[in-house]
Amino acid sequence: MAAETLNNGYLSGSNLEKVLKNGHFAVTAELGPPQSADPQVIKQKAELLRGYCDAINITDNQTAIVRMSSIGAGAILIQEGLEPVIQMTCRDRNRLAIQSDLLGAYALGMRNVLCLTGDHQTFGNHPEAKNVFDLDSIQLVQMVSQLRDEKHFQSGEPLKGQEPRFFIGAAAAPFADPIEFRPYRLAKKIKAGANFIQTQLVYDIPAFENFMEKVRALGLHQQAYILAGVGPLKSPAMAKYMRDSVPGILVPQSLIDRLEEAGAPWAGKSKEEMTKEEKKARSDAWKQTGIQICVELIQALLKIEGVAGIHIMAIEWEEAVRPIVEGAGLYPRPQLEKQTI
Amino acid sequence: MIIAEQKPLSELKSLIGSAEKVLVVGCGTCVTVCFAGGAREAAIIASSLRMATKLDGHPKTITDVTVQRQCEWEYLDQITDQVKEADVVLSLGCGIGVQAIVEHFPSTWVVPGLNTAFLGLPLEQGVWAERCAACGDCILGLTGGICPIARCSKSLLNGPCGGSQDGHCEVNPDIPCAWQLIYDRLKSLGKLELIMEIRPPKNWRTARDGGPRKIVREDLRLGAEE
Repeated sequence: MAAETLNNGYLSGSNLEKVLKNGHFAVTAELGPPQSADPQVIKQKAELLRGYCDAINITDNQTAIVRMSSIGAGAILIQEGLEPVIQMTCRDRNRLAIQSDLLGAYALGMRNVLCLTGDHQTFGNHPEAKNVFDLDSIQLVQMVSQLRDEKHFQSGEPLKGQEPRFFIGAAAAPFADPIEFRPYRLAKKIKAGANFIQTQLVYDIPAFENFMEKVRALGLHQQAYILAGVGPLKSPAMAKYMRDSVPGILVPQSLIDRLEEAGAPWAGKSKEEMTKEEKKARSDAWKQTGIQICVELIQALLKIEGVAGIHIMAIEWEEAVRPIVEGAGLYPRPQLEKQTI
Repeated sequence: MIIAEQKPLSELKSLIGSAEKVLVVGCGTCVTVCFAGGAREAAIIASSLRMATKLDGHPKTITDVTVQRQCEWEYLDQITDQVKEADVVLSLGCGIGVQAIVEHFPSTWVVPGLNTAFLGLPLEQGVWAERCAACGDCILGLTGGICPIARCSKSLLNGPCGGSQDGHCEVNPDIPCAWQLIYDRLKSLGKLELIMEIRPPKNWRTARDGGPRKIVREDLRLGAEE
């Protein structure tokens, strides 16, 4: 069914939705909440992102490590005048808890939600936990869209009163296996009701071009806004780790070589032989190259038809977002009239 | 079948506690086939416990017996006398066998000798793998005969997630990705349209989530309508 919109033509009225609907190339950035109850961490990280992105994703116990909740951190962002994208996983909550949390999130002013399956708990700091996975990410998208468009709960019971009107996001892993099925799984997410997509990290542009070609052939880029995931590499070791140990991430050797080259002046020296200053200088050289690579990746992504924006995942390195956005020529961000509903 | 593993001897000793007369009860069905609790294992465990308690300086009287199936009253009737004489019964049945003995002999203390692991099959000698989660609403007809509830780490109905790489699950490279298997099988049989459909949220009421389960077949009950 065609989703009903607000009287202004928007589904949710979020800034992210407006930026995309008005044809701007969107920028979202990720903010990882602290493993503590300290609101200052959120505020400090938020300041690094203010003005440099259209909405800020707040992760939901990422890699299954207990952190401040996405909705709690999102409420702080709203107090700070910034717009969150609430990440919601299926790992820790059943359909009751998810719906109830989303009603609360909407009441607190949140308008974007990213629906994820969630990393398995064995990766995190509570590997003995019982998981939930009552729903999967596609069923979650469907549930959030039913709450908004059909005004009923997952059970089918009608939702009386204000429905939560979220701009609904989902993730895509273009390079996970089976790779030939990935565009079709994306199609399932969009059919379920996803309005925007944020992809896993892209480092291999030709591989992503192949994926987008299939996405366009299915017409998916016209049914949802696709934001390509990017992230600055901090060191050759991080690049190799991403390539070898994180499923669904392709890191071309040429990028690893560039990072190695940046650290070449210190090559052959063991950690013990290096002074603190030398270590910092090498790390800075790597980081500068990592940011430069990220800028170049964005410039390449800007040219791919069907890419509606980028999602920057600078994991525990939010300082990198400003130089990346500026370097890619995406600063300043469009200022759209604030919607009140 | 039901796959189980023996508990370590130290735990068995602790479960037996101060009991003097111990009856080890094996089971002749699933746990015999998976080499965890059949007649052979019952004899070995009884003998190991005899040696261990002797070494500890407090030798106990430990005997063993094996029934065809611990989960049926008629087989348990056959060991009534031995059970009555024991201070503790160490059941080498699955969790069902342990509880059947408990229900059949209410005045006897019964402890488990096995950890019941899963419903599965032997892939090869010495290797067993899970195949069924007994969810009560079989979807194998939609997934090419490969169960994502039992075999996908996240029990996804619309998989695979982004953690599928080279045919493996990211949780452990020893776990084949169930959805890769489903995809490959549907593809090879020309039924990929099945994976293109969105599967709705599962009704978990038929699984354990609906509370302990029970089946009543009136047509089979004795003393039912003539």
